[in-house]
Amino acid sequence: MTDALVPLMVLLPMLGAATALMLGRHLRAQMAVSTGVLAAVATIAVVLLAEVDGSGSGIAVEVGAWPAPFGIVLVVDRLSAIMIIISAIMLLGVLVYAVGQGIADQHRETPVSIFHPTYLILSAGVFNAFVAGDLFNLYVGFEILLSASYVLLTLGGTGERIRAGITYIIVSLMSSLFFLSAIALIYGATGTATIAQLSVRIAELPQDVQLMLHLLLLIAFGIKAAVFPLSFWLPDSYPTAPAPVTAVFAGLLTKVGVYAIIRAETVIFPESDLSTLFLVVGGLTMAVGILGALTQADIKRLLSFTLVSHIGYMIFGIGLASIAGLAATIYYVVHHITVQTTLFLTTGLIERFGGATSITRLGGLRSASPVLAVLFFVPALNLGGIPPFSGFLGKVGLFVAGADAANGTAASQTLGTSSTGPAWLIWVVIAVGTATSLVTLYALARFWNLAFWRPTGDVEGYRSAMIDSMQEAPAGATLVATRTTPRLMVAATTALVLLTVALTVFAGPLYDLAGRAAENLRDASVYVSLVFPEGVR
Amino acid sequence: MTPTLVLVIVAAALFGAGVAVMLERSLTRVLIGFLLVGNGVNLFMFSMAGAPGLAPLLVDGVDEAALSDPLPQAFVLTAIVINLGLTAFMLALVYRTWWLAQLGAQGDIIGDEEDAEEDAVETAGLIRSTAEDDRAVQDVLDASDEEVRR
Repeated sequence: MTDALVPLMVLLPMLGAATALMLGRHLRAQMAVSTGVLAAVATIAVVLLAEVDGSGSGIAVEVGAWPAPFGIVLVVDRLSAIMIIISAIMLLGVLVYAVGQGIADQHRETPVSIFHPTYLILSAGVFNAFVAGDLFNLYVGFEILLSASYVLLTLGGTGERIRAGITYIIVSLMSSLFFLSAIALIYGATGTATIAQLSVRIAELPQDVQLMLHLLLLIAFGIKAAVFPLSFWLPDSYPTAPAPVTAVFAGLLTKVGVYAIIRAETVIFPESDLSTLFLVVGGLTMAVGILGALTQADIKRLLSFTLVSHIGYMIFGIGLASIAGLAATIYYVVHHITVQTTLFLTTGLIERFGGATSITRLGGLRSASPVLAVLFFVPALNLGGIPPFSGFLGKVGLFVAGADAANGTAASQTLGTSSTGPAWLIWVVIAVGTATSLVTLYALARFWNLAFWRPTGDVEGYRSAMIDSMQEAPAGATLVATRTTPRLMVAATTALVLLTVALTVFAGPLYDLAGRAAENLRDASVYVSLVFPEGVR
Repeated sequence: MTPTLVLVIVAAALFGAGVAVMLERSLTRVLIGFLLVGNGVNLFMFSMAGAPGLAPLLVDGVDEAALSDPLPQAFVLTAIVINLGLTAFMLALVYRTWWLAQLGAQGDIIGDEEDAEEDAVETAGLIRSTAEDDRAVQDVLDASDEEVRR
């Protein structure tokens, strides 16, 4: 029974997109379809999580009853179910926000009739990537979500958006070509693209061939996950899109890349050991990302840089190659999806209310709109890693797992046969992570000081060394301060802020769940036996 | 499993030519480069099927070892369809940037850092005119939509 639900998670958004497209200009009907579909997917994912968490393993569905190495196989284990639930909830929240914005904007800045279908296709791609049990199906999932994201990023086709979108589109096209070449090479070397079968066959290849295939695949995933030095495109392309689009991209698209990296490390290449590389790259991503954020005057660009920076924590967690490290990574991914999305939505509200996103032009927001202040303050502290919020818990989890791995204590059971990097390197990255967390807090607190606490009258002619050190965004669009905060947009943002708080309040059970999800990844054979119960070679 | 050398050479030539064209600044050339490399990857994938064989039809009395591998063919077909969709989108994008260029914006030339520093003043003017262009384009779009509705 539950088997039939798995393909529905991809099918429903696809059918919903078709329906929404046919409904064309009936905005209300479109809204009903898209919210209904996303709510349905969230519900299905909850049912599936309950099922796989109860049974302790997972569900593998052979689509069209074609047996596994030849047909398409969809796999749901705890990790995929968690990712789908959080994505579906985020997509739903952002959709409500976007609808609120569409209703509030009387002029047609964005052609609403194609927004809903494209948004649902993006969702279908995300969900497909999370359940793909086949490397080629993962590629198709990526392509679905990327094609939809191209459309969303250049929505309305204004000059500014097209210029920013071109960078993103060309970089993504290149990464797709990389991914496809990697699949071709892997198929040539092993004769299969099914992830479970690859796990067995890749291990039989010579070490150098494994390493080459591994790196090629990681480059493709790394561009999507915006890992330094493949992250250059992100801060240039995200900020110009409409607020809800940026929020979804920031929250979800990079995490799909992180998810693919986790799968590659734990299932496809359990033997090939790149822990040291991951630790180095993770540390660099944190440091370089946050240093970029420091010089930004525009909050959207600032957040894009913190997004890059915090991907570093996840890469660090993966590099630890221990169960505890992965558990912390999974919790951190969930936390980061929620908080980053929420902050971008709040920024959208600030943009409407204050008419600017640059700290040189904003001021006095706290007294003007206390609600907005709370909606910004809570997720900002959370992202900065202030106790007791989930950002703090996630980082502590990562650092504790790192310390365990560095000390070689019993808690640091490594995955499969891989080993962790050198102990001193882990301590260095932990130090970088702590510094990054503080600098994130500094950057956000500075925005808070200037935009929320500074009296409105001070904005004109205000000079300080702090502001002089920062750059304006290259192309600032002319914004109109509406001094309004539409109720639906505020409601959606509030709901997501409450969700970030809930991640803190229910951190205990959630962390245990993340631990059980990581436990599933301990050994590649768990995944393999899901798809091939009788064994495979 | 001996792949044919011809396919590999053609794929390599497509890769090389595609990357060379893609390094140009014009968006149209980037698109052409993407098409060349995309087809190169497809051929490459195709060559991974090994030596060519009989059509992969499992009828009575056929020697299974003589069949060609159908899976890469299915992959390539899917990739071709995806490339087709992306090409259509890119063409629309190229057309749109051309249109914007006609209206006086920078068009499909993506300025790099040095350029931006050199003519910062000019850029500031352009940004202002871009906003006007956007409004002009939006007006044209709205007008055409109105016509369609009628």
